[in-house]
Amino acid sequence: MAENRQDPENPPRTSPRSDGPEGTGRTDEPDAAAPAGSGPRRSAVRSLLRLWPYARAVRGRLAVSVTAATLAMLSTLAVPVVLGRIVDGPLAERDLDGLWPLVGLLLLLGLVESALFYTRRVVLARPLAGLETAMRGDLFAKLQRLPVSFHDRWGSGQLLSRATADMYTMRLFLAFPLVFLIVNSVMFLAGAVLMFTQDWRLALITLAPVVPLFVATRRFERGYSGATRLAQDQNGDLATVVEESVLGIRVLKAFGRHRSMAERFRVQSQELRRTELRKAHLLANLWAITVGLPEVALGCALAVGAYLVAHDGLSAGTLVAFLSTALALRWPIESLGWLLAYGNDAATATDRFFEVLDEPEAPGTDTPAPGTATGPGARDGIRFTGVRFRYPDAPEDGPDLLAGIDLHVRSGETMALVGATGSGKTTLTALLPRLYEATAGTITLDGRDIRELPPRQLRELVAVAFEEPTLFSATVRENVLMGAPGAGEEQLRTALATAQAGFVEKLPQGADTEVGEQGLSLSGGQRQRLALARAVVGDPDFLVLDDPLSALDVHTEALVERALREVLGTTTALVVAHRPSTVLLADRVAVLADGRIAAVGTHQELLRDCAHYRELMSGEAAPVPEGALVSKGGRA
Amino acid sequence: MTTTAEPVRTGPAAPAEEELPPPPVDEEDIPVPPGAPGALLRSLLGPHRARITVAMVIILVQQAALQSGPLLVAVAMDRGIPALREHDSGPLIAVVAAYLSCSLLSPVLQWAFIKISARVNQDILLELRGRIFRHAQRLGLDFHERYTSGRIISRATSDVDALRELLSEGLQELLTVFLSVCYISVLLLALDWRLGLVSLAAFLPLALVARSFRSRSRRVYRRSRTSAASLIVRFTETMNGIRPVQAFRREKANDAAFAAVNQQSATATADGLLEIARYVGLSRATANVWTTGVVLLGGYLVVDDALELGVLTAFALYLRRLFDPIDQLAMFLNSYQSAAAALEKIAGLLAHEPTVAEPTEPVELPRADGKGRSVAFEGTRFAYRTGKEVLPAFDLLVPAGQTVAVVGATGAGKSTLAKLLARFHDPTDGRIRLDGVDLRDLAAPELRRGVVMVTQESFLFSGTVAENIALGRPGATREEVEQAARDIGAYEFVAALPDGFDTDVRKRGGRISAGQRQLVAFARALLADPAVLILDEATSSLDVPGEQAVQRAMRTVLAGRTAVIIAHRLSTVEIADRVLVMDQGRIVEDGSPQELIDGSGRFAALHRAWRDSLV
Repeated sequence: MAENRQDPENPPRTSPRSDGPEGTGRTDEPDAAAPAGSGPRRSAVRSLLRLWPYARAVRGRLAVSVTAATLAMLSTLAVPVVLGRIVDGPLAERDLDGLWPLVGLLLLLGLVESALFYTRRVVLARPLAGLETAMRGDLFAKLQRLPVSFHDRWGSGQLLSRATADMYTMRLFLAFPLVFLIVNSVMFLAGAVLMFTQDWRLALITLAPVVPLFVATRRFERGYSGATRLAQDQNGDLATVVEESVLGIRVLKAFGRHRSMAERFRVQSQELRRTELRKAHLLANLWAITVGLPEVALGCALAVGAYLVAHDGLSAGTLVAFLSTALALRWPIESLGWLLAYGNDAATATDRFFEVLDEPEAPGTDTPAPGTATGPGARDGIRFTGVRFRYPDAPEDGPDLLAGIDLHVRSGETMALVGATGSGKTTLTALLPRLYEATAGTITLDGRDIRELPPRQLRELVAVAFEEPTLFSATVRENVLMGAPGAGEEQLRTALATAQAGFVEKLPQGADTEVGEQGLSLSGGQRQRLALARAVVGDPDFLVLDDPLSALDVHTEALVERALREVLGTTTALVVAHRPSTVLLADRVAVLADGRIAAVGTHQELLRDCAHYRELMSGEAAPVPEGALVSKGGRA
Repeated sequence: MTTTAEPVRTGPAAPAEEELPPPPVDEEDIPVPPGAPGALLRSLLGPHRARITVAMVIILVQQAALQSGPLLVAVAMDRGIPALREHDSGPLIAVVAAYLSCSLLSPVLQWAFIKISARVNQDILLELRGRIFRHAQRLGLDFHERYTSGRIISRATSDVDALRELLSEGLQELLTVFLSVCYISVLLLALDWRLGLVSLAAFLPLALVARSFRSRSRRVYRRSRTSAASLIVRFTETMNGIRPVQAFRREKANDAAFAAVNQQSATATADGLLEIARYVGLSRATANVWTTGVVLLGGYLVVDDALELGVLTAFALYLRRLFDPIDQLAMFLNSYQSAAAALEKIAGLLAHEPTVAEPTEPVELPRADGKGRSVAFEGTRFAYRTGKEVLPAFDLLVPAGQTVAVVGATGAGKSTLAKLLARFHDPTDGRIRLDGVDLRDLAAPELRRGVVMVTQESFLFSGTVAENIALGRPGATREEVEQAARDIGAYEFVAALPDGFDTDVRKRGGRISAGQRQLVAFARALLADPAVLILDEATSSLDVPGEQAVQRAMRTVLAGRTAVIIAHRLSTVEIADRVLVMDQGRIVEDGSPQELIDGSGRFAALHRAWRDSLV
């Protein structure tokens, strides 16, 4: 084998219809023939078959590459033939003139072979990298469109390892082990036939290990794929610990807890080490068997063959030919083990990949609950009707977090949402842009059920400023204008002014300064103001603000409030408020308690009538003395 | 995933003259000292020298056993069978016995080699991961503010993976290649030393090809690792910010942005593959041309009767085998290249010295007397690396047990004061003393027993709520954890979570609001029971009842300790013994709350405004 085994960048499969063993193309995938056909793989094969849609795009190039590989193999096989001719012909006859053409042929073969080697790789380099990219892009796109509840369940480290290490494993498999599974099984079959024609007794002895090897590899596969999966998951967990340790570095520093975090990291990386050692152990066992058994069988064949030559008229030439064939088959048999190991890694990676791709996306357009909506287009504002919500993993016996919300925010009105910590205010606001789906009830915007609207359009109508002001690696301009694509310079300036984000002008490149992970790190207050600007840019029809001023100092807060009033005057808004100063932005206030709207009214009304509200606003359950209600207009 | 991609920082930021953060570092800004990657590798391999030697001996013997197969077959054919025909079974039995023992020895040795090398590899990786992790933890906040989290993550994951690849596959390949080359070289020289030398001379042009491949692919691999890192940054940022991503319909724009980095990475990957193709093609062509030359030369020698025909035949066949593993060398160089690029980055990170260094000769604090500790700023000055001064020379004495509230506009230097006291940064000039001991002379555990800071950012780590609180004092009992939660008014909401204190915050992190997280952070600080407690905007996300509960708790909690409270809101001030009003890094007012409220300074005005904002 000139094409030696450590060849990870080899081209992937042959066209499945042309020379994959067609008979093994059993499967539940109706349109995919089995691309790889050898070896005792069951579920792994099924997993890997799912890669076909991606590999399909590069099948033309694959065919070229496989042809090149085959031709290269042929020219490699032709070399000894030519050498034999040289030795038997010109050299035996001392004919120097006859030597030149044959040496010329040898040179030609050598050059053709190297050109084929080159071609085989070159045609696939970009397509394979492209294939990996396509898969990663799909994974990324899918993840972005999965509901927030999915992301609640999955650590980002786990997702990241799917996007990096797993992709690499899959590409590697397509590039290399796959092709050798095919080439080697073909070689093995051809060699086996050849051996039987040479001497059936010796062939039986030599091929006897195939059965135990088959059993051993099957058993290996079972143990190994479990260990591989575990290792990949543990890798993901480890990535999560690293990520947290960096994101939470301030907390760790403040408490001097590097050591306990490092300890946790150590424990987890030792678990990973254990799993990796377990994998190595399984692999070592398999190796010992796949290397040992054929060798022992060959030793027996040698003994029996020699006996046959001496006593039973087997010709020495046949024995030599037989043993050469058997030796040539050593590599295809030996390679089975680690090719299967690669296959298993790839199958596990594929499973992990499709685990994400198979997740149902956020539901599209459900049929709206009938009878609740007023006519479309009516300026009806936001209306929650009997809205219930519970998190999918909430305990069975617990009450719904939102247990029948009825609330009407009139068109153009600003409604403050007030409630104790953990009462579900943020959850309620997350239902509006359908980051979570209400488990029951209806939410309408201007009379239209939000489930009737395509999510994109819905989210265009509803602008949100989150409690966590997340900025992305992009310019300030992009970060703000993502709230209203198509908005211009004017809107950007207005929004920044509203949010009192004057500091932007002082940034090195003004609004074109990169912020986020890869740019300037802004302070919490600065980020909160940009997040606010993002929400108010382009005058959204509906505005949701989740405690938008928490990180601002009193002075800035007052300035922002004054500017916000103007914005709020023209839109329909729901503002989660923790403090009286924020509440005063609103026309009316809704009090959320025990999963329901306990009271709705103006600030003063509620202070007068609602004990719970008084407690929330002043911290005291006792009635507030007259005169405590001072307008704060004169401040700032 | 509730965490933002980037932690909240309470940096100075006044609308008028906002302090701007330092610019982010480029990868290239972290200098890699020459020789650092090599030194790192040596230090990693060093402790395993014995086991590596054993593994190498094993593979040496194993290869010999494996390679002797064909030789033994030849002996059996040439000697054994003729002898058997003469009814002498001795030679054949000996050869078959030798063959069988080789075929048994080889797998056993292979098994042992895999086991030993896996152990060595895993130990090295464990050590390296640990070093990266611990070092990243040791580095100061100024570093973390510039070196983004995604980069550190890719150091500890994908870069370590590159090294793993080299260790688990590359090295064994190299050994096998090396052994087979040695074996065949010796054979060739023994067959005919003249032709042998000519044949081995092929390694000169082959080395040139390999060298050019090495230098070309080094550039490619560096590029590929850089693009991998930016891919990771983009990915984590998006997944951690999935709420705003969806709410602002960023999916399409993100797809495009991700496609760009993805494409970059694909180009780098493909360029790497192309380099290999080029190398394999070139080296194969060189080897084949050389082989043809040797055959031609040998042919002339044979014709001149200077060489036996059989020797030439053997030469031609062995030459093929000699040059076969050169592709394997490409694979090795390839994973070596990728590992070297990774190692360089890791070494760069590890070589970065923390600016806040551990003392070489730590001093112990005097015994605590249960009244807290005194804090003294003495001529403390702080300026950014850019030279921008945030805190001009600053003097302040806080007696043990005093509760000091620091107020002032954003950018007045309050947070810098807090960060210096918590030793997140070291002052540019001057010093800070805790009970008379310079902070820089305190070992980290001693310092953290003394000073704990609760920030506005209240990051929760994966694990249960109880574990998050217990972070304040590992080893605390469940009762103590619950008591801390109760003290701060967090007990009710925690108990109401699906699994109470055993609720996994990462799984249900989305449900724990910012205010609730702050309460958990408070409970954490209470449990830590420090002599000096710093609260930096620690109540910003609490609602009024929550804040009041905290205030009530503080009255008892702060007894017997020194406290520095930084707040935008003045409600906190009521529990303070003393109020400092800061402006542009200086203390402009200093007195008891009542004195200041009754006065006519800035605090009095601020306080009036705040009163007005209340119900």
